[in-house]
Amino acid sequence: MSEIYQLSLTELVKKIKSKELSCEEATKSYVDRASKSKKLNCYISETFDEALNKAKELDKKHNPDHKLFGAPMAVKDLFCTKGVQTTASSKMLKGFKPQYESTVTSKLWNQGAILLGKLNCDEYAMGSSNETSHFGNVINPYRNDKDLVPGGSSGGSSSAVAAHLTSATVGTDTGGSIRQPASFTGTVGLKPTYGRCSRWGIVAFASSLDQAGPMTKDVADAALLLEVISGHDQKDSTSAQKEVEPFSKNLNHNIKGLKVGIPKEYKVDGMPKEIIDLWDKGVEIVKSLGCEVKEISLPHTKYALPTYYIIAPAEASSNLARYDGVRYGFRAEGKDLIEMYENTRAEGFGDEVKRRILIGTYVLSSGYYDAYYLKAQKVRRLIKNDFDEAFKKVDTILTPTTPSSAFEIGKNIDDPISMYLNDVFTVPTNLAGLPGISIPAGYDQNNLPLGLQLIGRPFDEQTILNNAYAIEKNINFKPNYKDWWI
Amino acid sequence: MSITKDTVKKISKLARIASNEKFEEHMIKDLNSILKFVEQLNEIKIEKVEPLASTVEQELIKRDDIVKLMNEKKDILVNSPVDNEDFYVVPKVIE
Repeated sequence: MSEIYQLSLTELVKKIKSKELSCEEATKSYVDRASKSKKLNCYISETFDEALNKAKELDKKHNPDHKLFGAPMAVKDLFCTKGVQTTASSKMLKGFKPQYESTVTSKLWNQGAILLGKLNCDEYAMGSSNETSHFGNVINPYRNDKDLVPGGSSGGSSSAVAAHLTSATVGTDTGGSIRQPASFTGTVGLKPTYGRCSRWGIVAFASSLDQAGPMTKDVADAALLLEVISGHDQKDSTSAQKEVEPFSKNLNHNIKGLKVGIPKEYKVDGMPKEIIDLWDKGVEIVKSLGCEVKEISLPHTKYALPTYYIIAPAEASSNLARYDGVRYGFRAEGKDLIEMYENTRAEGFGDEVKRRILIGTYVLSSGYYDAYYLKAQKVRRLIKNDFDEAFKKVDTILTPTTPSSAFEIGKNIDDPISMYLNDVFTVPTNLAGLPGISIPAGYDQNNLPLGLQLIGRPFDEQTILNNAYAIEKNINFKPNYKDWWI
Repeated sequence: MSITKDTVKKISKLARIASNEKFEEHMIKDLNSILKFVEQLNEIKIEKVEPLASTVEQELIKRDDIVKLMNEKKDILVNSPVDNEDFYVVPKVIE
């Protein structure tokens, strides 16, 4: 390790706490690197000067009790940050400066992290490639001869963690938006149990599915960050009244005797051999670590994506009704109030957001509600029941994170269904409200990273973290891209 | 069921998104392919299943009834596209 920015979050904070490094040196290292990496288009807003000032200030009042003391951190532009532009990557919110701080990000700053800026994502977190952002594509540090997508919707976050433009970050995951981009960039992404982290101050997409979570360089960092951002919040009635465990302290790679489930329905038709091989490799590793591997059945798996593409747009069409051009954000002119609303929303939202609002409006409209929305809610119950049954037999479930590695920019943008298929392995977890983690597990033949996913019982993040920690130690994945963009 | 141009017009109106010929043409293909995709659910016969709206299992808890100072007018109006003194300004509503 020759550069500060290459340290993991855990190592970095340890060195700052022991005064081997100053907050200022750490921040400067990331600011310099991010300033030279604009080609990747990870940042929508930069707060580098404020970050350097904050770092100097923190150096004067050294506080080793803070869990993230001195860690420079940019966050997905879906988290409201007080006085700092928050756009959700939409033209609709360009220039919007929240007058309050989201609960999750305030927990970061309370533990001594330093805001570096706001990271690009798909517009309103709707997308799997970061191509729907009003602020342009993010580029993956991994590439073949062409530029590749970083995954989505937390694509700016995944690319920034992989390229060392932030020490770690928080993303949000509604159908795979933390885990799929982590898989595409050789990083770790954890979607906690629904309710583990407060949703207050996060721009809402689908409220019964949205959850914030860590995106990090390794599993230990994910445990540390989860510990900081978890906990009940009076301002989010769906946040769980569960005690927050010391996930990082409890991290343990001895997983002997753990029962690991392999769902047979995840072996989908046409799955690339490389993905099957990767999955087999995962199975061999957990066996070698003393786990008991069991085949399990999740019979309604194939219905998860169709269910998701009813429920998520339905909730989105309701949540996004607030963008009316009156109270905040973009406004287009109109001859009367209704026309002003209509023009504002036609010009302010991008195509994918409009598609989802229209689908959501349709499935909730009179005459179609029972056939689509109610039906989807019933299937959602069956999907959750499948997991409940499975977790009577096993402690974790091991699957690939995605059906492919990162793809070329533009490849899927004209075909919504092929884009949606990216989330085939991640969506069921959101519908059932379960925790899931993606860890880098190897490379495909083009030297692009591939991820494995572990799914756990509700509020049992510790077990999937331990399982992931053990696999990580065994695989010893090393980033292998060159800094081609600098 | 399939979506026609009239359906796109109708739901655009419901969603308050201005629509025109070009937009309807553009959306119709995608919306129908999404609809066809989600209609896979028709393969499953389910009548007696309780719908699941949320995975939260805890009871909603009440907050103590304490007055807190938040959402002050001047802070809220910072982000409004058009305002005048203490008010948002919108196109004329009453003739």
